[in-house]
Amino acid sequence: MSEALITARNLVKKFGELTAVAGIDVEVRRGEAFGFLGPNGAGKSSTMRMIGCVSPVTSGELRLFGMDPATDGPRIRGRIGVVPQMDTLDTELTVEENLHIYGRFFDIPRAECRRRTKELLAFAQLSERATSVVDNLSGGMKRRLSIARSLINNPELLLLDEPTTGLDPQARHVLWDRLYRLKQDGVTLVLTTHYMDEAEQLCDRLVVMDQGRIVAEGSPRSLIEQHSTREVLELRFPAGRNEEHGPQVEGLGERHEVLPDRILVYARDGEEALAAAHARGLQPESALVRRSSLEDVFLHLTGRTLVD
Amino acid sequence: MNTHRVTTPGPLRVLSWHLVAYKRFWKANVLSGLVQPLLYMLGLGVGVGALVDRNTGATEVLGGASYVAFVAPGLLVTTAMALGAGESMWPVMGGLKWSRGYHAIAATALTPRDIVLGHGVWMTVRTGLASSSVAAALALFPDTRSWGLIPSVLIAVWVGLAFAMPVMAFSIKAELDGAFAAIQRFVVIPLFLFGGAFYPLSQLPAAIAWLARVAPLWHGVVMARQCTTGTVQWGAAALHLGYIGLWVAAGTTLAAVRMRKRLST
Ligand SMILES: Nc1ncnc2c1ncn2[C@@H]1O[C@H](COP(=O)(O)OP(=O)(O)O)[C@@H](O)[C@H]1O
Ligand SMILES: [Mg+2]
Repeated sequence: MSEALITARNLVKKFGELTAVAGIDVEVRRGEAFGFLGPNGAGKSSTMRMIGCVSPVTSGELRLFGMDPATDGPRIRGRIGVVPQMDTLDTELTVEENLHIYGRFFDIPRAECRRRTKELLAFAQLSERATSVVDNLSGGMKRRLSIARSLINNPELLLLDEPTTGLDPQARHVLWDRLYRLKQDGVTLVLTTHYMDEAEQLCDRLVVMDQGRIVAEGSPRSLIEQHSTREVLELRFPAGRNEEHGPQVEGLGERHEVLPDRILVYARDGEEALAAAHARGLQPESALVRRSSLEDVFLHLTGRTLVD
Repeated sequence: MNTHRVTTPGPLRVLSWHLVAYKRFWKANVLSGLVQPLLYMLGLGVGVGALVDRNTGATEVLGGASYVAFVAPGLLVTTAMALGAGESMWPVMGGLKWSRGYHAIAATALTPRDIVLGHGVWMTVRTGLASSSVAAALALFPDTRSWGLIPSVLIAVWVGLAFAMPVMAFSIKAELDGAFAAIQRFVVIPLFLFGGAFYPLSQLPAAIAWLARVAPLWHGVVMARQCTTGTVQWGAAALHLGYIGLWVAAGTTLAAVRMRKRLST
């Protein structure tokens, strides 16, 4: 197995009385794409900021490249790239100025900065916008620039906090494509998201986080295998009437969940469950059979949905 | 990046960030830095100066200088004060709250201390440029032309820092930018008017004169005036510079502590 780049043991972050991260254990190895999946407020950003060596650890142990952020912050930060949840681009500067000056923060020589700036502009598909002022870019472009900027120091480890939140579907796909390429180039990725499709697409391994704790860990596929059935039957009854149909689906699958707008029946074979539902005389407005996703895993583990 | 070379100190890397942004403004700034003191000199010299110098007792109070010669170093040093204070208000809050540039820097190999020291270096450059503009304008008038303008620029920069660094420490903690208007109104403008730049403190009630001596401005004005009028007293000069230095040091230390706290929550 390759070396561990991040090791966290019983990691805790408190803000006064509030416990944002309540003792988590995490290990990320070189070359992995690792994800923190969880709803808003789960403690993902707090964790990422500790890993990024900008937020001090309250208690527990954290090591990056075997070093302690408390004593080796600058050295660690020199080897990682960070894309924070909220962009911190210099909106008054141009795209290429943003990249160039960031390289200077790492004391990369000017000529090298210029070379890498050009390369990263191409990578982020921003070459034509090199001299545009950042303020005038679209949200997706800004996010791509943030990612390009985080790569200026050739980081061994890239931290991405909700890289695609707030972007339209097309912009998200462009971004996923770029991240996928980084992954293939062997960059170790750690990302947070509350989109289960993003986690499924990009992560080799992930932890599901809720209220500061890790509630499950594994590859997307193994998590689904462990915590959900192969298929899901979604039944939609008229608004407000899903609740009352709950008892009637009992036994159609291994288990079910009643949501305000639909009932989810967890079954190995969804079509079979649907046929059984019809046989019971149930008449939903619509019915749909799909494969289980991480959303179902989260729902099962916490009783809540990821995106509210 | 394994090539062996001398590393650039962190504060200088932060300086280059400020310089990139300033690239767009410096010409306009230097120009207005020349024009503004010219206007002051014309206005004060032709108007107030003529009045004051006609009063026979005045030159004695002004230490033998003509009014414009008396005011010129005040102009130089107050310019640096206003700039140092002003540039350490909104831009500092912006770095933390709006553009959040400081957060971007803190995520790199640099530290909050580099940000604070970098701001100090940047303020040295800014006030240096601005004071040089003023000095260049003053050199155009026979009454105010003097080699003493050169050390006066350095003194002005020192005073600029004595305002920039404590104000930075204040701005790091400020929650609302309304606080800045208060600083302008209750510190910068009163010092401008009552800090010994336009008339000797002996003209003021003792309590107010004493207050003016607490702030670093007067110490700088007095020293710069000694330089331009060729009456330097070396012992007193060391004390003045040292006292201004206390403000610089205290402001820098406090700003560094607060910046670290603020950026590492
Ligand atoms: N700087 C802070 N000060 C106080 N509370 C904070 C701070 N940052 C985050 N929190 C709180 O910590 C909890 C976890 O937040 P966060 O780590 O941002 O979660 P996520 O990124 O998963 O949405 C939330 O309750 C949030 O309000
Ligand atoms: Mg977050």
